[in-house]
Amino acid sequence: MKSFHEFITMGGFAFYVWTSYAIFAAIFAWNVIQPLVHRRRVRERLARRLRRMQP
Amino acid sequence: MTPKRRRRLIFAVLLVSGIGTAVALGAYAFRQNLFYFYSPTQVAEGDAPRNHVFRVGGLVEKGSVKRDGMTVHFVVTDTEKSVPIVYTGILPDLFREGQGIVAEGRLNRSGEFVATQVLAKHDSTYMPPEVARALKRAHEREAAAARAKLAQEAARAAGAGGR
Amino acid sequence: MAQREAVIPATTTRRLWTWFHRLASPRYFYELAGRLIPWFGWAAAVLLAAGLYGGLWLAPPDYQQGDAYRIIFIHVPAAWMSLFAYVAMAGAGFIGLVWRIKLAEVVARACAPLGASFTLLALCTGSLWGKPMWGAYWVWDARLTSELVLLFLYLGYIALDAAIEDRRKAARATSVLALVGVVDIPIIHYSVEWWHTLHQGPTVFKLGGPSISLDMLVPLLLMVVAFKLFFFAMMLVRARTEVLEREVNSAWVREVVGEP
Repeated sequence: MKSFHEFITMGGFAFYVWTSYAIFAAIFAWNVIQPLVHRRRVRERLARRLRRMQP
Repeated sequence: MTPKRRRRLIFAVLLVSGIGTAVALGAYAFRQNLFYFYSPTQVAEGDAPRNHVFRVGGLVEKGSVKRDGMTVHFVVTDTEKSVPIVYTGILPDLFREGQGIVAEGRLNRSGEFVATQVLAKHDSTYMPPEVARALKRAHEREAAAARAKLAQEAARAAGAGGR
Repeated sequence: MAQREAVIPATTTRRLWTWFHRLASPRYFYELAGRLIPWFGWAAAVLLAAGLYGGLWLAPPDYQQGDAYRIIFIHVPAAWMSLFAYVAMAGAGFIGLVWRIKLAEVVARACAPLGASFTLLALCTGSLWGKPMWGAYWVWDARLTSELVLLFLYLGYIALDAAIEDRRKAARATSVLALVGVVDIPIIHYSVEWWHTLHQGPTVFKLGGPSISLDMLVPLLLMVVAFKLFFFAMMLVRARTEVLEREVNSAWVREVVGEP
């Protein structure tokens, strides 16, 4: 890349290249956030259950 | 290994090999349909369907592209046989002489392939334009050298024959 | 002499077996994975940043495709990982099915959403690459069709897993499905060689070496390694969560969950 403008326009293929990279970012973000959120929920649920079992 | 485990192992192995064999046989039986396109040789030998739509793929022959407004005539070849193609419409960016393409359409009476869609098939080589130019130049030099050498040998052979 | 040679591999094998058994213990796995995840995760992030910088900024445009070829830096790693994740899933499922090792069932299940994500990513980016280069978003050639079948295999696996309440029964059913689907993997891999396809042949692994210039190959390989590390990191996060759920009645889980 010679300039920032060239980087943004991608030689006229901006739509295809940047849409691809946006989908990539979205799928990766989901694959990080979903398991971490799920992990927190499971730990909270198990903690509640254990507290109920042995007060 | 316990007999139970061995039974499960045999089940799993049979499962995979059974499905594998079934799919392999199926793929073999339907292999014609699995070809996305026919080669010009297959078309020349009459393997391609006569009366309905199919696809033909090959390289665009050098010097064969003739434009007539929106209509383009060109020849597709697999270096052995070739098929003349006529197409009206917008061609993909990568369409050029020497490029691999796949055209969808049917043969008309005169043996010309009337395409309704032309797709470009790009190769699996990636390099910067400068490198491509340098390679092309080197290739041309090599070809010129080979031609010169051939001519020299021919001349020598002719000379030897004359003597 | 011959006797000694026979003894050495036997002890190595035994040591490997002990390690394997320890690894299969949920608690040991939970702790080991917990230590590995940050390493895998951060290494993946660094390599991803380097690969993106190399691929989007440093690498030159292609002689034929201009800048459109830059989709390769996510398309190819995603496609490779879609196959790798499936083989890992089916392999773990196989071990779970034959030896009834719970941990293998957990790992197999953790591979599915990641594999499905990689497959979807490979299909979407391939489509966005196909339009400007081939002239079509989608064609029904053998490579594209077999990759679409892979997505349906993953979705079928996830749906079947969700439909069965009992975890052990679900693991058995999904492992059988995963093993049935293994046949699609060589089909995807060899489709470009067995049949005429619009999709081009292999670039990196082929006779005569890769047909891609070095300043493009380096970011591509960085991305491939980054994707693999990312897969392991997030697969282990998922697997750890399920180990907690499954082992909720054991003392060590009570300790772990009790921690703030």
